[in-house]
Amino acid sequence: MLKILDLVQPESIDEAYKVLTESHKSAVLGGCAFLRMGSKTINTAIDLSKLDLNYIREDNDYIEIGAMATFRDIETHPALKEHFNGVLPKSVNNIIGVQFRNVVTVGASVFSKYGFSDLITALLALDTEVELYKGGRMPLAQFMEESLQKDILTKVFIKKTGRIASYQSLRNSSSDFPILNAAVSKLDNNWLVVVGARPTRAVIATNASEKLSNGEDISNSAKAAAEELSFAGNLRGSAEYRKAMCEVLVKRAATEVMQCR
Amino acid sequence: MKQVGKGIAKIDGMDIATGRPVYTEDMIPPNTLVIKILRSPHAFAKIKSIDTAEAENLDGVECVLTYKDVPNIRFTLAGQSYPEPSPYDRLILDEIVRYKGDEVAVIAATDEKTAALAIDLINVEYEVYEPVIDFEEADSHQSTVHPENDLHCNFDIGMKKENNIACTHKVQVGDIEEELKKCDVVVEETYYTQAQAQAMMETYRAYSYFDHTGRLVVVSSTQIPFHIKRQLARSLEIPSSKIRVIKPRIGGGFGGKQTGAVEIFAALVTQKTGKPAKIVYSRKETFTCTNSRHAMRLKVRLGADKEGNIKAYDIQGLSDTGAYGEHAPTVFSVAGEKTLPLYNKTNAVRFMGNVVYTNKMPAGALRGYGATQGTFALESAVNKLAKKLNMDPAEIRLKNIINEGETCLTYNGKLLGSSTLRQCIEKGKELINWNEKYPQKELSNNKVRAVGMAVTMQGSGIAGIDTASAGVRLNDDGNFTLLIGSTDMGTGSDTILAQMAAEVLETSIDNITVNAADTDVSPYDPGSYASSTTYVTGMAVVKAAEDLKKKIIKCGAHLLEVSPQEVEFDGKNISATNNTITLKKLAELMVLGIGKQQLVGNATHGSDVSPPPFVAGFAEVEVDKETGKVDLIDYVAVVDCGTVINPKLARIQVEGGIVQGIGLALYEDVKYGKKGGLQTNSFMTYKIPCRKDIGNIRVHFEESYEPTGPFGAKSIGEVVINTPAPAIAHAVYNAVGVTIKSLPITPEKVFMGINK
Amino acid sequence: MQIETTINNKKVTLEAANDEFLADTLRNYGLLSIRQGCDTSCCGLCTVWIDGKPTLSCSTLAFRAQGRSITTIEGVQQEAKKFAEVLVAEGAEQCGFCSPGFIMTVLAMKNELNHPTEEEIVHYLTGNLCRCTGYMGQLRAVKKYLEVK
Repeated sequence: MLKILDLVQPESIDEAYKVLTESHKSAVLGGCAFLRMGSKTINTAIDLSKLDLNYIREDNDYIEIGAMATFRDIETHPALKEHFNGVLPKSVNNIIGVQFRNVVTVGASVFSKYGFSDLITALLALDTEVELYKGGRMPLAQFMEESLQKDILTKVFIKKTGRIASYQSLRNSSSDFPILNAAVSKLDNNWLVVVGARPTRAVIATNASEKLSNGEDISNSAKAAAEELSFAGNLRGSAEYRKAMCEVLVKRAATEVMQCR
Repeated sequence: MKQVGKGIAKIDGMDIATGRPVYTEDMIPPNTLVIKILRSPHAFAKIKSIDTAEAENLDGVECVLTYKDVPNIRFTLAGQSYPEPSPYDRLILDEIVRYKGDEVAVIAATDEKTAALAIDLINVEYEVYEPVIDFEEADSHQSTVHPENDLHCNFDIGMKKENNIACTHKVQVGDIEEELKKCDVVVEETYYTQAQAQAMMETYRAYSYFDHTGRLVVVSSTQIPFHIKRQLARSLEIPSSKIRVIKPRIGGGFGGKQTGAVEIFAALVTQKTGKPAKIVYSRKETFTCTNSRHAMRLKVRLGADKEGNIKAYDIQGLSDTGAYGEHAPTVFSVAGEKTLPLYNKTNAVRFMGNVVYTNKMPAGALRGYGATQGTFALESAVNKLAKKLNMDPAEIRLKNIINEGETCLTYNGKLLGSSTLRQCIEKGKELINWNEKYPQKELSNNKVRAVGMAVTMQGSGIAGIDTASAGVRLNDDGNFTLLIGSTDMGTGSDTILAQMAAEVLETSIDNITVNAADTDVSPYDPGSYASSTTYVTGMAVVKAAEDLKKKIIKCGAHLLEVSPQEVEFDGKNISATNNTITLKKLAELMVLGIGKQQLVGNATHGSDVSPPPFVAGFAEVEVDKETGKVDLIDYVAVVDCGTVINPKLARIQVEGGIVQGIGLALYEDVKYGKKGGLQTNSFMTYKIPCRKDIGNIRVHFEESYEPTGPFGAKSIGEVVINTPAPAIAHAVYNAVGVTIKSLPITPEKVFMGINK
Repeated sequence: MQIETTINNKKVTLEAANDEFLADTLRNYGLLSIRQGCDTSCCGLCTVWIDGKPTLSCSTLAFRAQGRSITTIEGVQQEAKKFAEVLVAEGAEQCGFCSPGFIMTVLAMKNELNHPTEEEIVHYLTGNLCRCTGYMGQLRAVKKYLEVK
């Protein structure tokens, strides 16, 4: 059973960070959809509800997503539907159901670096940065590589570059976690290929991205992605199958991007 | 007919749909003890020592019970008529634990948190044994799952416990080897059907208390109140007369609640403490510590002549019953019982094999009850035969199926009383557009569409065993009370039974109050399982209503001072040529006035036959050749359930069963790790179909008239789950040439098959 | 802790533990329509509205109801009955255990989407699992209800 001994609702992010670092076994609460599954004991739970982080804003250069914005907010936000071929709404809209997506938050999902994440795969294919209270602002790809620190993810920024993107996933049942997912994007001649749910966390397939950027054909580039990345087996699929599907999904995503004008 | 055949809304529909508190958990009184269970972390072990002192001393803990605190009497939790064919192979708590999740200690505390804390304070030392995990290795395994000497079987079920064989079964008519030799073609294949979870939305739960006369009352979400009563009496050594079991509304059962999962623990705690106690299983406990469908291996050999006349078939099975033998013999035998009669132009048929114990969660009853497994194997083999002979799979079935009025090798000369399976196949072909779509059509972008089919039969009740009683009472106000012991678990059986009574009594169901499933009040009924309620209980209701109607006429005639032959009863009035009395007045006079005899109709009914309902199922799929992903586009089910008592409720039964069958075909798989841990213990890992997974489902009824059924009705609840797996597997084969021998049909299996 | 919230248009103060989920708090408060089917945030049975949005009450910590408006099926009985009548006429409530959460999602959809297509309906309702009906009858009912209004 979940145990929360103490609960705080800080009025400022400084205060939240202070509690996080000062108390033993403290944790920042996200949407809490996965919280009840474990039998965790949290000495001090930190709720960010009072920090006004539940928003999606757009300015001239960026779309800014607050950590407490939900997946449903992403799914329904007009700017996110409009930009990047709506890749972000597309990446989240098959996850469980609306009542789940109204609970799950962007900040917690990105911060947790879940291997099965659909959103991270799509975000990585865009020019995404994250802002951490202590760690500061950095590209999402960099954040994904860093080891987990006690910190608070406050915002996600996506640069409005005009990238064209496509998201693909393969699932057994349509409400299941993905067997594999992939996102491919293109800005002028700069391509990005991202593969997630391998089942480990999403990464950029650099060789494949380079090949596409250098104008190599899609099938070869998709093959390169399957070759350069590692895959493992779990309940949803074997490593061998994932590797084969990587090629298919990357090819499909790249083809869709190519077809967009 | 005025009531039968009408799509009447369920009598409890509005209340359950709008959130009224009518389920077990909604009725639990405050201050009821909360029960939690300490479970074995090992698949197979003996408890060397167990120290409960610290847990018992915790404030708020009422009791901690171990194997030392329970009677040493073995029993079965299978809900079956006495004497049960399932072996008596379990104790309430045993010194030996036989699967990961088996019960070690029962804790009762004032609240859930305290109970959870107490669990952590119990110290257990185990002697760990080598578990039997792979059911194909069970009979030669060094470990014996049930070494105990006091294991008891009510019948000789062929148990060889030293070989981990729970039971054996063999049905053979004719010389199968000789007949197969004579065949022009013989197809042979070994199929595997997986364990499936019932996954009803309401998990297992019960609560218990002593009433004002010191009797034990157990309220439970169960399909089998009378069997639960008997289980409690035996296992807790309480006289049966001191036990009452009540069933409120049930949030789904699907056979899972035909096994007593939780009632014994609540009753035990109430017995020990004298206090009310409740147990509500989590979804994880429901997945890991109750029961599932028996996984089976079925080897089929099917022989025919060149023209496609099936001459002989042989099915050799192996079934995995897990740690305990609930429903082990019967589920297995049904796999043969519901397949051997299907194609009856045969000279020899055989079904045989073993059911083995393993150190996994016990198997139990799940909609289809073995017929599902047998149908997948047989129908897949028939489709293979059609391919080998280059015949249309629908044609080969039309040539070989049993028809109304015919017999088959295993029927001992009895004739099939009703069937429209032939029309079902013809109609299904037309609806799916078989002639145009079979076998497949390539689409652009690496996709292909294809169709596949299967047919199936089930039973209606258990012949010679299921016996249901019913009562209909004429109340003082002229309305009726229908008393039944069957357990409507959402199917609408309370409603259709009321429709039947209303039909006989020429009234509307608004004038009938249904009182069901309270062992103190209800006439005996085994409960709702084995596709029995419409057919068996239904006939009891019809007879009881007819009994009452006769009495109404007789009393009416008496009051009108004429002979019964001179009066007519139209539901409202009892009329003679020049005099009439209203039913209301008659009721008043009989109950309150001069009549001094409240009129009650009673009947008990059992059937010597279990007439099969039939389904012809047709699937259209789209397969992605690059990924192996199968999308179900369209499913057509044409059903012969005899007379359709309530078309709306029957249709939903079909659609629901088809979707569970789709789950079995494509998504659902109870998976165990190498050490026996159940890996699919939530809806995150065990995927039942969601509404995006099912495509379109179309249902059509081809009614027959079953002479032994109420108004010509047969069953519908189970037969509907059987065709999707073989029909979808067939469609996948027709799409990409991949034969799926092992369910479920995952994209990975299809992809690997394509790229072999 | 004490939580000041609005439940079915009534301001109330509830007592809940830090680690208590809203579904349990609401049941303890007497709203017994709240059902739980999964423990893993994925069956939709416990769906209530929080500020009008369909939300899993099993996964929402109770304290987050502070200052919000919670609606359960007990609070929208009139509209729920309108839809339930259509649902029940189809026979598509079956065991009924998932019905309250399902109905809350259907009514939320009606408020949120204008003239949804069949595909949009299926998408919106995907988070509500049902093991009995096979979904088809539910879909027929929703389509009838939205047309009838």
